[in-house]
Amino acid sequence: MSSKKNKKLTPTQQKYQAFAKAREPKPSVLKNCFKAFLVGGLICTFGQVLQMLYIKYFNFTEDTAGDPTVATLIIITVLLTGFGVYDHIAQWAGAGTIIPVTGFANTVASASIEHRSEGFVLGVGSNMFKLAGSVIAYGVFSAFVVTLIKVTIQALGGI
Amino acid sequence: MEKFFWAFIVGGLICVVAQIMMDIFKLTPAHTTSTLVVVGAILGGLGWYEPIIKFAGAGASVPISSFGNSLVKGALEEANKSGIIGILTGIFHVTSAGISAAIIFGFMGALIFKPKG
Repeated sequence: MSSKKNKKLTPTQQKYQAFAKAREPKPSVLKNCFKAFLVGGLICTFGQVLQMLYIKYFNFTEDTAGDPTVATLIIITVLLTGFGVYDHIAQWAGAGTIIPVTGFANTVASASIEHRSEGFVLGVGSNMFKLAGSVIAYGVFSAFVVTLIKVTIQALGGI
Repeated sequence: MEKFFWAFIVGGLICVVAQIMMDIFKLTPAHTTSTLVVVGAILGGLGWYEPIIKFAGAGASVPISSFGNSLVKGALEEANKSGIIGILTGIFHVTSAGISAAIIFGFMGALIFKPKG
């Protein structure tokens, strides 16, 4: 189709087409970043709204309101994952849905649901952290190293 | 109101950084999230993550990088209280809500929903 169209163009026009195509900015990366920004930002804003509500109506403080907020986001994500909605959003938003804590919950929930057919112990139980495990493993190990370094520095009199 | 704006901007920017890591450096989502968690832990150790949370609220505490920060925060608090063993006992102190909720509700999800296809 496109080559047929190109044949009707004059050589100059063809040259221009090639020139323009080479200079076209890669739309996919920019577009993906925009989508990730929009969706990731909206999820965080929603988290902020939840946090405000917990502080205002349930007597949480600014420090403790994070726990119920995260738990609520996780419940919503599990439901959306179960109904198959989250995967659709994730396909569109990329990192925007992977990076917030909802992405962590999504990997746990989807792995659990997917492996249910293999049984509740060998399927659900052992595959639950198939994808989320790397986050916990690297998080805990790096936190251990960082804390050890910091405690050592403090013990030596600090900087 | 201002807090919502900064939560949106900062949360969005962290996601853009992750998107760039995935699109341009061709990392898998698992590599990206693991990297962000490690970065969060290092920033937490340097004491730079808490100011971002103070400033942007959920914009910094909802992305996965805050998981690394919370791990360090819990480990440090306990280590200061009960010595070096506190690193082991305190590391999940702050993040317990997130991990427990993910396990409990993920399991409930597996009980309720049937896999597709």
